Amino acid sequence: MELLSNLALGFQTVISPQNLLYCFLGTLIGTLIGVLPGIGPVQTIAILLPTTFALPPVTALIMLAGIYYGAQYGGSTTSILVNVPGEASSVVTCLDGYQMALKGRAGAALTISALASFVAGCFATFLLALLAVPLSELALKFGPAEYFSLMVFGLIGSIVFASGSLIKAVGVIVLGLLLGVVGTDITSGSQRFSFGISELADGIGFVPLAMGLFGISEIIKSLEQREKKKMLSKISGFWMTKKELKASAPAVVRGTLTGSLLGILPGGGAILASFISYMLEKKISRDPESFGKGNIRGVASPESANNAAAQTSFVPLLTLGIPPNVVIAMMAGAMIIHGIQPGPRVIISNPELFWGVIVSMWVGNLMLLILNLPLIGIWVKLLSVPYRVLYPAILLFCCIGIYSVNNNTFDIGLTAFFGLLGYLFAKLECEPAPLILGFVLGPMMEENLRRGMLLSRGDPTVFFTRPLSLAFLLMAFAMLIIVAVPAIRRRRKDAFGQEGEEFPKK
Amino acid sequence: MHIRNTRDFYAGLVFLLFGIPAMVLSRGYQIGTAAKMGSGYFPFLLGGLLTVLGLVILLRSISRGEGRGKEISFRAKQTVLVLSSVILFGLLLRPFGLLLSTLILVLISSMASFEFKMKVAILNAFILLIIVLIIFVYFLKFQIPVWPSFLTGRT
Repeated sequence: MELLSNLALGFQTVISPQNLLYCFLGTLIGTLIGVLPGIGPVQTIAILLPTTFALPPVTALIMLAGIYYGAQYGGSTTSILVNVPGEASSVVTCLDGYQMALKGRAGAALTISALASFVAGCFATFLLALLAVPLSELALKFGPAEYFSLMVFGLIGSIVFASGSLIKAVGVIVLGLLLGVVGTDITSGSQRFSFGISELADGIGFVPLAMGLFGISEIIKSLEQREKKKMLSKISGFWMTKKELKASAPAVVRGTLTGSLLGILPGGGAILASFISYMLEKKISRDPESFGKGNIRGVASPESANNAAAQTSFVPLLTLGIPPNVVIAMMAGAMIIHGIQPGPRVIISNPELFWGVIVSMWVGNLMLLILNLPLIGIWVKLLSVPYRVLYPAILLFCCIGIYSVNNNTFDIGLTAFFGLLGYLFAKLECEPAPLILGFVLGPMMEENLRRGMLLSRGDPTVFFTRPLSLAFLLMAFAMLIIVAVPAIRRRRKDAFGQEGEEFPKK
Repeated sequence: MHIRNTRDFYAGLVFLLFGIPAMVLSRGYQIGTAAKMGSGYFPFLLGGLLTVLGLVILLRSISRGEGRGKEISFRAKQTVLVLSSVILFGLLLRPFGLLLSTLILVLISSMASFEFKMKVAILNAFILLIIVLIIFVYFLKFQIPVWPSFLTGRT
């Protein structure tokens, strides 16, 4: 079996002491930072990215993947204990998780969330390993026209599921693409939009952009209100009762399947997966009234879904080179910084990296399970640190991290600029997430557009006459139409309505 | 002119602010032909698209809308304090070193909080300084100037 030998190669890579150590550190630090309210995987990766630069690419990616699902898991802890989502994909976990905590079942809620994440993670990792080879073989047959259309599809997908106005989301994407072309043009070598600033010759840094848009602007937003006294509920009884276990098992299965599927789709990812699976669970329940009042299924299902989606969203990145959502775009940025161009060639040119990262996800999930239950006491302590002490520390770590990327202070100023832009976006109800996707895809899109048009001698119909390319464009168009239909628009509003600003301040 | 939707109005304006200069600047680069695109072709397209989107959003916010003229609550004080603490850190790092710029960053950014207390901020600054020195300078060995350049003689 080819799959088995591939997985064996992955195990060999992961089992080295250095990789195990960094996998452990990644999950630990990821959880640690993810526990802090308002800091999700995106911010965590942005803050910790510079610390991986000295590592070899495999180790760095293993650590970053660990940070990712660690942060994801840490977010759930915050949701359950203080009713403040540690990050967006654990918003739904607040609903029933916190209610369980109030009833003295916080321990059980934390356990099921860890177990559900683990089960989902295992399944999704397996799925990823299964899909990787055929998909990347397919992708190798793509010409520039197919790639260009695929990217259009991916970008449109990312806005379909974004909250807020559609046309503004398109604008944000175009702005992201535009920011992506700043710097030296690879084909002609000439400078674009660099205004004679030598630091811009290599383009806008990914780290300053991401940290500004997501880190700094988030801090300013949080400072708008006074600090609330956080209520920490008592934790007792880590193990679930038999009844709870029986109730949650099918929910975990359903959540895993929903999440795995939604993770692969462009624009899907962990946030959407958790919402959809929660709604699904509530819909098919015989007792929908009990949701929101501490039903353990309301924790099990979204927690498994968001973790499954988090893992399967690596599929498009590793096989097609297209990040389906922001967090994965961050991973793509990290890969490029480490000199690896994400895409179908990774599996051929760096098999040990590819399979190593996949297997590390499984190992990392196991570590999370073992690590988190005994460490909950520490997370609780961490949660009691007041924000007024915390945010200067985050700012400081951000600044040092940004400086260390290129040892230049210009990037720190750039971060401040994007921090302002991110805050403006928040005020103007523009979602900043698609911008990062556009930014990452910008240079690739331009290159494929140029090559496609060169091959067709300037004939743009090439994008519509090649069947696969046409299929992607039609799917993108269909998605736009679907979103523009008022009924679905309203439903979209419902799904995301709870995520709005009012939610965490209950 | 009556602005029905303030948020969309300003969002459109922001897009125009990026789109129009992008178009104008791209004209200065080599545009080329569709078959052989120059460095200005793709940015010009994007700039044009952004400008059109910006205009549509802007016009829609004036002509019709759901009547959401609600004021935008923009917190100038917090924004200025947080951003200037970051910018100052960047400006001071090279000439004055990590120690001083850390103190400045923590003190200024702390003022943005409603719960600001000078004593807490100073204590926080010193604790963070020690953490930063241990983690980033001692363990991770980041190449970062710690002392002011006039003391070390390096620039």
